[in-house]
Parts: sequence; structure tokens; C-alpha cells
Amino acid sequence: MSTPAPSSAPASTALRFSGERVLRLGGLSLRVHRRSFWVGIACLIVALAAAAYSLTIGDSAISLGEVWGALTGQADAGTSRIVLDWRLPRVLMALCGGAALAMSGAVFQTLTGNPLGSPDIIGFNTGAYTGALLSMLVVGGGSTGTTVGALIGGTATGALVYLLALRHGLHGYRLIVIGIGVSAMLGAINSYLMITVKLEAAISAQVWGAGSLNTIRWVDLTPTILVTLICLPLLLVLWRQAGMLGLGVETASGRGVNIGFLRVALLGLGVVLTAAVTAVAGPIAFVALVAPQIALRLTRGAGIPLLPTAFLGAALLVISDLVARTLLAPVQLPVGVVTVVLGGGYLVWMLISRLRKA
Amino acid sequence: MAPESTLEADALRVGYGSTPIIPELSVSIPPGSFTVIVGPNACGKSTLLKSLARILPVESGRVLLDGADIRALRTKELARRVGLLPQSSVAPEAITVIDLVSRGRHPHQGIFRQWSVDDEEKVTRALADTGLTELASATVDQLSGGQRQRVWIAMVLAQDTPIVLLDEPTTFLDLAHQIEVLELCARLHRDGRTLVAVLHDLNQAARYATHLIALHAGSIAAEGPPAEVLTEETVERVFGVRARIIPDPETGTPLIVPRAVGAVTP
Repeated sequence: MSTPAPSSAPASTALRFSGERVLRLGGLSLRVHRRSFWVGIACLIVALAAAAYSLTIGDSAISLGEVWGALTGQADAGTSRIVLDWRLPRVLMALCGGAALAMSGAVFQTLTGNPLGSPDIIGFNTGAYTGALLSMLVVGGGSTGTTVGALIGGTATGALVYLLALRHGLHGYRLIVIGIGVSAMLGAINSYLMITVKLEAAISAQVWGAGSLNTIRWVDLTPTILVTLICLPLLLVLWRQAGMLGLGVETASGRGVNIGFLRVALLGLGVVLTAAVTAVAGPIAFVALVAPQIALRLTRGAGIPLLPTAFLGAALLVISDLVARTLLAPVQLPVGVVTVVLGGGYLVWMLISRLRKA
Repeated sequence: MAPESTLEADALRVGYGSTPIIPELSVSIPPGSFTVIVGPNACGKSTLLKSLARILPVESGRVLLDGADIRALRTKELARRVGLLPQSSVAPEAITVIDLVSRGRHPHQGIFRQWSVDDEEKVTRALADTGLTELASATVDQLSGGQRQRVWIAMVLAQDTPIVLLDEPTTFLDLAHQIEVLELCARLHRDGRTLVAVLHDLNQAARYATHLIALHAGSIAAEGPPAEVLTEETVERVFGVRARIIPDPETGTPLIVPRAVGAVTP
């Protein structure tokens, strides 16, 4: 997917039977799943188009031409300020955060071999919320304290669930069941903390907990972009091995996959990607759950495709944020509310279609 | 095909606690053989096979591949020399035959070497050898049980290892498909691979194996050519079944016929 369009047709290969093209350059060769390639391109175009549209709307309508002018430094100061300082960070955060959450979901679902395996379901978000609340209670809030608390809470919960599930292997429902259990307990703790903290703290905690991009500024954005840009190539390198996990752990191991290393690496990247978004924007539910499954259905491949999932996630979050901004304008909804509604619908649909199959 | 490799276990102990699955076992797989491991349920057959392929950690002792401890090998390097087909393989939904078989090439591939000319050749040949060329674009979940097993074997063939380990390749197959898979194994062995398989059916084991290992409670009860291992005394000691042994009218290999009365002592 990170390759140029398959233009030079190579000699006929057996892989055409699985819808793949092989690109060769000397001793180098890359396999490209054609459908995944085009789905990825389409999702990227949708994401960028929605992002561009998102830059034009708001309290003051700015035309696409003016937006372009602002981006290239040719607009007047007022327009530049609105586009570059107010709208662009938010849109970039939606693009980048959506991609990060979606990739995190792809990691967890591949790791557990289960379409429900996402950081939301295994308790990362609830843990991050607990961490944020505790930090408000102990150090009295502040955005840095909340961020650090959320990071610690989410990561600690992820590690706890992982360790509890580790005994009998990560694959299957075990990780998810334990995640749901730990989530439920932390949820109870969160409710208790909410009635313990001061009223103002509780309100700001609620706002954070809804997951919102309303107040994103450039400083908030940088870590998320950096983390995404670092994790993406690492995941691309690991992704073919990760796809082998779908054959079962023993079969993958027998094909030369270092399972222990792969699991730790994937889990680490998955947690870091979610954390990079949650710490800044609060828990934005369901993007991680939904994007990989939609991408899988669109590409009709044998495993979750990484780049189409990332681009789809970016498109989903940009569009969700667009809805959140415009639906009840001038009131701005937290984007988490929109994704919960979309994702909840998806979850119900998936459970029903699974039950029908079973 | 690479030159013949040797695979040995030296004082192997597998499983934790005071009752390990394999307390202490040393064995040497004859190079170029079709070795079959037999034994009653829970005697450690699969455990031994998985330990030989480093899928299971060993508590003590060593597994030696061409004289060197396999723990020192990188996972990919090991997978270029020993190919294991476990019983627990699952095919991802919607995976095509060609895609699954091509996964066998994983240990030979890298990030920027995802499909070499060699990969193409080995996969094409594996498909032809298992009679799957026509089914290359079918999805695995469309296939019958026998065809599916052939796909998994084709994946191990594509891996192109001098040593192939198969864990119960005939389980869950009907008789015709069992014979088909065993004939395929025999052919691979004739082509020069060292094959180690766990089988349940003693008569099939006797027919196809060149070397037989009878396991009992994690130890080797008997080992050697089938005609020497499968005696009435060994069958009773290892399997707890009183049987007569007669020559197989087709091949002359031992044929185990359980006694009509008192075969099993309750």
C-alpha cells in the first residue's frame, strides 16, 4: 500500500489468484493486494476531502480558495488566524487521531483474532478515565496533570489486563472477557470518584471523558502526530508477520514468526497509539473498534489491512467531528458523542449478524 | 532440496512440576526416514513433536538440529530447516488457497523481499504436488476436509524444509482422504524429505513408516522398523490391547488384529 501504483505489469504470478500484484525492482519485491490498494486510496481521498470541507465551515464561512491561500501563506491575517490557528489543528488532530485509533484497533483485533478486540473494549479508555480523575483529585487537575494521569491509568490498565490474560495465551475471548471485567470494576471506581471530587472538577472531568476535539491547539497536536508518524512505519514492517497470527499461534511460529517478540511489539504500539489520542482528546470510543472491520469487509482480504484501516479511521473521525460541529451549531458536541452513536449502532448490527450466523 | 539434516533430542524433559509430560527422553530421527510416532492418548506424542520444533519450551535437555542446539537459532532460520504442521491450524475467513500456501514462504521472505522468483516456483510446485493448482483461487472455507488438509500440507511443502513434522495429519478425515494424505506423505518422503508424523492408526503407521517410535507415558517404549516394533508383547504393553499380529496381505507389513475376546482388560 505504501508503494506506487502497480503500473509495470510483472510476469504472470500465481498470486493473481488471490487478487495480488507483485512489484519487482531488481532483487526487491513487494506484494500489493489490488482491492486494498484502491480502497486505501478511496478512503484517503474521502478523508482529505472531508478535512478540506471542514476547514471551510464554522462561524465564518471561508471558501476553499481562501483556505488554500491561508495554507500557502497568501491570505489576510484574519483568515490565516481562523484557518491555521483555530481550525487546522482540530482537523489535523481528527485525521491523525482517527488513523492512530484505527491502527490501534487493527493491532488489538489482529492480536486477539477477535473483532471485539479493541482498546475500548479491553478497558484502556476506562482506565485512562480513572487515571485522569485520580489526577484531578490528587493534584487538582490542570491539563498536564489530566494528560499524565490518563496515560498512566490507560497503560496500567492495559498492562493489568494483558498480564491477567497472558497465562493462557492472548488469542480468543480471554483478553476481551478480562478486559470487560476490569472495565466494569474501574467504571464503578470512576462513578465513586465523580461524586467525591469538587463540582468544577467533576464537570471538567465529564467534558474530558466525553472525548472532544473542541479545544485542540497546536501544542496538543504535536505528540499525537509524532507518535502516529513513528508507529506507522514500525507497524508496516510488522504487519505481514502480524497477519500470520491468523493461522494460529503454533502455525505462525512454525513459519518463523517470533511470537513472543511480535506480541509485545504489537501490544506496545497499540497502547501507545491509543494513549497518544486519549491523553489529548479524551476517550473517543468506537473508531478503533469499527474502522478495522469496515476496512476488512471493503477489501475482502484474508486479514485486516493496515493502511486502508488507518485512512478509513481518519475519514471516520474527520466526518464525525464535522457532524459534531455542525449538527446542533452553534452548540458544539464532543466528537466522542457522535462516535459512540455511530459505533453503538455498528456494534448492535455486528452482534445481531454474528448471532444469526451462529 | 537441501542435504539431509539430523534431528535429535538429548535428555529432553518437557512440562513443569513433579509429573512432566516427558520426564527424560533421548531420540534420534534417522535422516531421510519417514518416522511415525505412535502411542496411546496423552502419552506425549504431540508434546515431543512440538518440542522438536521449539513450539513448546523445554524444561531441560536439548534438541539438536545438525548437531547444534535449536535454542540458539533465530526463529526464521529454524523455520527454513524444520517445518511443523500443528493440529491446531485455523484458516482465516475468506483466505484463498494460494494465499494460505504462500504463507509457507514466510521464513524465506523479508520486508522488501515479499515474493521472489524462488517463492513463485516453490508455491507453484507445492500446489501441483498436492493437486491444488485448479483450486488456487478458491477460498479455503469452500473446500472439503480432505482438500483443506492438502492445502495445509502444501503450505509446509512450499516452506521447502529438509525436515517436515506433521501432527496427526489424518485426524478428522474419512478413510479415502486419510489414504490420500498418507500417499502424499510417502511421495514427499521418496522425494528426499525427512518426515516425522504422529499417527493414531497402527496399521497405517506400519504400512507407511520406515521408522516407528512407540511412546508410552512420555518415554520411548520401542523404536525401530515397524516389523520389529509391532510385536504382540509391545502392543499389549504400550496400548493395553491384546492382539494378534499377522502380515498385511497387501504389503507384508505388520497388521494388528485385536483379540475377539479379552482384547482390553477393564
